[in-house]
Amino acid sequence: MHVIRVPSSLDYSTVDSVFRQCAQAAEGKALFDAGYLRFVDPQGLVGLLSAGALLKRRLGQPPHLRLPRHAEVLGYLARIRFLEQARRFFSMQARRPREIAASSDVLLEITPVTTNSDVHAVVDRVQTRAGTILTRTLGYPLVTVVQFSVVLSEVCQNIIEHAEAPGWVAAQAYYWAKRRDRWMLVIAVSDLGRGFRESLAAEHAGRFGKRWGDGSALEAAFLHGVTRFQDLGRGQGIQQIRRQVRRWDGLISIRSGTARIADVPEWDDTPALEQGLAHFPGAQINIVLPAKQRGKERSGA
Amino acid sequence: MNGFGIDPVAIDLRRLVRRQVASLHAHLVTRPTGRAVRRAIESQLAGAGETALSVIDFSEVHVVDFSCADEVVAKLLLHYQPPGQATRAFFILRGVSDLHLEPIEAVLERHRLTAVAETAAGPCRLVGVPSEADARVWRSLEERGALSPGDVPAHLPDEVDRATLESLVRRGLVFRRPGSGDYLALSNLMRSLMG
Repeated sequence: MHVIRVPSSLDYSTVDSVFRQCAQAAEGKALFDAGYLRFVDPQGLVGLLSAGALLKRRLGQPPHLRLPRHAEVLGYLARIRFLEQARRFFSMQARRPREIAASSDVLLEITPVTTNSDVHAVVDRVQTRAGTILTRTLGYPLVTVVQFSVVLSEVCQNIIEHAEAPGWVAAQAYYWAKRRDRWMLVIAVSDLGRGFRESLAAEHAGRFGKRWGDGSALEAAFLHGVTRFQDLGRGQGIQQIRRQVRRWDGLISIRSGTARIADVPEWDDTPALEQGLAHFPGAQINIVLPAKQRGKERSGA
Repeated sequence: MNGFGIDPVAIDLRRLVRRQVASLHAHLVTRPTGRAVRRAIESQLAGAGETALSVIDFSEVHVVDFSCADEVVAKLLLHYQPPGQATRAFFILRGVSDLHLEPIEAVLERHRLTAVAETAAGPCRLVGVPSEADARVWRSLEERGALSPGDVPAHLPDEVDRATLESLVRRGLVFRRPGSGDYLALSNLMRSLMG
């Protein structure tokens, strides 16, 4: 039995440890031990789902998920629809989570994205919910609701157009007390597709020769807007998302295969390019947007 | 026949989007939606005469993303106004807000295209990648509304400007009336045909 220990704080900075452990499980049974989970952000949630789906595919049987002992955490997992999605990939002990009132900080529960209609549904939902979080919590002008919807639409389409496989999106605002003393909006997208290297290989690998790999594929797509399509109109999505995230002084990273590339604002120390990570076959996009002002107080509260 | 030799076609984007997707709002998002909307526009234009003035109304559309703008705006222009060839349809993008402009301008710049847009707040303007001469000559005609061939030398004494005027006609940014040869600003043509 392979035991994969889920960190007590599962976010974009710790989710790689789950993938590293998964890389060791080639056959047999697996257990994800999330018993001590105390905090999880959207990147952690979609990362854990992806890891479960990958092991189910690799091992030919669903891994077991030991659910968090803390009732609040379990309730949160139910409310953000993690448990609903997790049932597709994990076996789980049936424990009824405590009912917890909906939080206004959840912008988008874990939402599967497989079709064009799913993207429309995401944009519809965000249009009705994003105003309060973007204006009161982050202090952004009201017009950013539309720009934010465009960003979400483009990242979700990345799943459908390039991965050709199912994926998820989730978004929530958090108060980062220690790291930033301000509210942050975390958006996570993950898919189980073929990743950037394979998606671009047929059209572009030849030009790179031996330098072709996960890192160079990410650089080509992320920095230069390269796509597998001949159409000049393609490849704008990621470039426009990067531009918008920079305007908001946010962080954006894409992890695919064994590499991660990022546009890093001054307030973060994520490396611009990491290679040699545990293999992840699809792609994960992580966006973190900081509030305009410091402190826990919300604007106009 | 209306005397201008061109058929007006009003395109209500909200209605076309609603026909494509079951959505609460009329959002121009996703490439497949854009492709479907573009084909619906092409179908409407196929029912018009040899040459059409198509007024594409964005005023009831809330969100426009880059992928959809590429399909609905850039690919539509590329189809009807292929570079180096005479235009087969004229377009005015109507009711365009500042939030629509960003994706529209981005896709036009990407394809090195220029279009006429009537912003929600003001008069018509050129969007995309007009040259300095394009903008100057187009604005001059826009202010006058129309220019007869006989007035051109006096109004545009510079040869470069006169060549630019012809280039604007070829690219579908100015209409030249058959018969009289008058040059018409698209906004003027729109008012004449559609009120």
